[in-house]
Amino acid sequence: MDYALIWALILAIGVFVYVALDGFDLGVGILFPLLEDEQERDTAIGAIAPVWDGNETWLVLGGGGLLAVFPLAYSVIFPALYVPLIAMLLALVFRGVAFEFRVHAGRHKRFWDHAFFGGSLVAAFAQGISLGAWLQGIEVVGRSYSGAWWDWLTPFSVATGLALVFGYALLGAAWLNLKTEGALNARVNRLIIPLAAATIGFIVAVSLWTPFMNERYAARWFTFPTMIYALPVPLFVAATVFTLWQSLKNDNALRAFLSAELLFLLCYIGIGISVWPHIVPTAITIHDAAGPDKSLGFLLVGAVVLIPLILAYTAAAYWIFRGKVKHGGYHH
Amino acid sequence: MADFSDPVILARIQFAFTVSFHIIFPATSIGLASFLAFVQWRWMQTREEVYLTLFDFWIKPFAVVFGMGVVSGLMLSYEFGTNWSVFADKAGPVIGPLMGYEVMTAFFVEAGFLGVMLFGRDKVGPRLHFFATFMVAAGTLGSAFWILSVNSWMQTPAGYGMNEAGQFIPLSWMEVIFNPSFPYRFVHMVFAAYLTTALVVAATAAYHLRRARQNRTTRKMFSLAMWIIAIVAPLQILAGDQHGLNTYEHQPAKVAALEGHFKTRKAAPEYIFGWPNMETGEIDYAVSIPYLGSWILTHDFNAEVVGLDQFPREDWPNVNILFWSFRIMVGLGLLFFTLGCWGLWKRYRGQLYDSPRLAQFALMLGPTGYIAVLCGWVTTEVGRQPYTIYGLLRTSDSVSPVAAPAVATSLAAIVVVYLFVFGLGTLYTLRLLAKDPPDSPAEQQRGLLDQGGRRAVRIWRLIWPGREV
Repeated sequence: MDYALIWALILAIGVFVYVALDGFDLGVGILFPLLEDEQERDTAIGAIAPVWDGNETWLVLGGGGLLAVFPLAYSVIFPALYVPLIAMLLALVFRGVAFEFRVHAGRHKRFWDHAFFGGSLVAAFAQGISLGAWLQGIEVVGRSYSGAWWDWLTPFSVATGLALVFGYALLGAAWLNLKTEGALNARVNRLIIPLAAATIGFIVAVSLWTPFMNERYAARWFTFPTMIYALPVPLFVAATVFTLWQSLKNDNALRAFLSAELLFLLCYIGIGISVWPHIVPTAITIHDAAGPDKSLGFLLVGAVVLIPLILAYTAAAYWIFRGKVKHGGYHH
Repeated sequence: MADFSDPVILARIQFAFTVSFHIIFPATSIGLASFLAFVQWRWMQTREEVYLTLFDFWIKPFAVVFGMGVVSGLMLSYEFGTNWSVFADKAGPVIGPLMGYEVMTAFFVEAGFLGVMLFGRDKVGPRLHFFATFMVAAGTLGSAFWILSVNSWMQTPAGYGMNEAGQFIPLSWMEVIFNPSFPYRFVHMVFAAYLTTALVVAATAAYHLRRARQNRTTRKMFSLAMWIIAIVAPLQILAGDQHGLNTYEHQPAKVAALEGHFKTRKAAPEYIFGWPNMETGEIDYAVSIPYLGSWILTHDFNAEVVGLDQFPREDWPNVNILFWSFRIMVGLGLLFFTLGCWGLWKRYRGQLYDSPRLAQFALMLGPTGYIAVLCGWVTTEVGRQPYTIYGLLRTSDSVSPVAAPAVATSLAAIVVVYLFVFGLGTLYTLRLLAKDPPDSPAEQQRGLLDQGGRRAVRIWRLIWPGREV
């Protein structure tokens, strides 16, 4: 193991934690229009209010960490994804303030409900588009991005965008199913199966599409010996879908939520198998992009101590706010 | 005039705009977090109801401001890549890990404990709740530490080398982090945040004081804020002076520009007003105090001070902007000092709450801390031009290979969204501040009443025992 490899792993985990955590609170936003009334929306907000700040911080770690340890990748990927990234950030601005403002907005509360929905939807879609645009490959000449500024928009990236919107909505529904009771609970419970079906449809479509985009990806999945590592992924996906369905039937909300999250993890691993060892597919490997050892080592000392600590008190915060949210949620 | 088809200019405007908006929120949340931790600590000590009332009053605006700070900061951490990718590639190995530490030691601490601080009082005990508040306050200061380290390194780079790919690489992390201007910049910024917040708190209290002078919560609020101003304002002037000397040592062109010194000379005057003319190299309509310029920069009336004539024309920053932003900042600083002194005098006379003119002055100065902060940042950042890394990497060589229309479109979108969102955010915050703080029971805070008031309470008790006053 060298520094570049360790850091690739840490960043990969960091980004996944972001997807797993902010995914469900973005999903709650995407589901907002389907909720019945103001009280249900308040309760739904209450189910994420104490944790969303912490969830979103993992995105800062993703951006900041990339700059710190793979500066070349950061300086190539970000100009390539210029438009979707700016769109995502502005959407997150809307969503982030909608949380705080709607309580104080008086008769304009409805407006911030819409802002919260719109922000969550655009942020999720932009993240999915960024993922697709990254996965389909980025043009590089020398040390910089050389493509045009609309390269990110392709049928494939739109498909990944939609995949993430439905996927996050699934996580959001599973989270609300876990955290709420009564009519709201029944409502989101009914949404999980159709959302899961849509998500799986997109997973299958994107998975079949990806190998055709690039022969490197195809070789990963369809030639011996790498397909030995790749093949279990679709099998586990199938098993997870079955578990999700079982836990819904048995009314095990926690298990249903974790199954939905596991679905994300498996897709994430699948993408990792495709792109490895590139960090800018298919132009720059993690070793080409890594900063000097002195930078990676310095930050690693902190990461080894602090990331477990952060995970520990994040877990503690989730524990403190465990259990069902009462009507109206939390106030300050 | 600025060329708006030039991606460098557009990227600079975009960064200046987003960073200027952003700094407003940390300037508030750094100060408010410490203020909240302080009042909660006092409540733990004294169990006086008033501190808890103050905590409850200020936690709401804090939550709103903090939320705006998080999202506007998120934008910045990505903007290095979208608009300044060459800079990110070259400087990443040095500044990236510092920002990585900021995220791990500060951002996560703030964000992780914020939920407990805002919503957890009934769920965790008072000690753990205070711990959460304390951690949020420590996190805001940690953020400031790392970000100012990054900024200072860009101003006074140290402890670096270059590799064959043209990247700056770290040689000594101690020298990188504690680069020559860092301590001055950090102290100056933290004082600025404390002062800005205290001015807002004082103005809020003054506003309510004019409507209900007997409200004990308002009185306590005013008293605490006026103490902070009285203590921090003079300290800030000292810190600013030291920072100025440090800048003169490391970035003389910046100081020459902000002082309006076009020519190197002995016994230089201090220009109070005037209009720097970059064509003729003169200060038009100058009003100046002889010898004072030399004294301020060197603490010696006759010393020679460096002028812009020592530097090639293409290395000059914009003199007009610096000259004025610096004067506005210093002028406001002197007003804050005046407010602090006036408050101390009225307190000594026992009339802190009874002077409508003092309250009026405090109310007027309420938002001006932000103007001072922005002018301070304009001074230091415009003064760094034409470099992103002072003397080493030019701004024009730092920008992303992104087409001007993309930068222009995103700039327009950012301006519209920011003005709308943060404009309304400010409105909601003001609405929260305009709500009257509930009065606190007199029983638990006799200390707040003056001697006469206490005597009156005792007499009142004789007449009507057990009656709350």
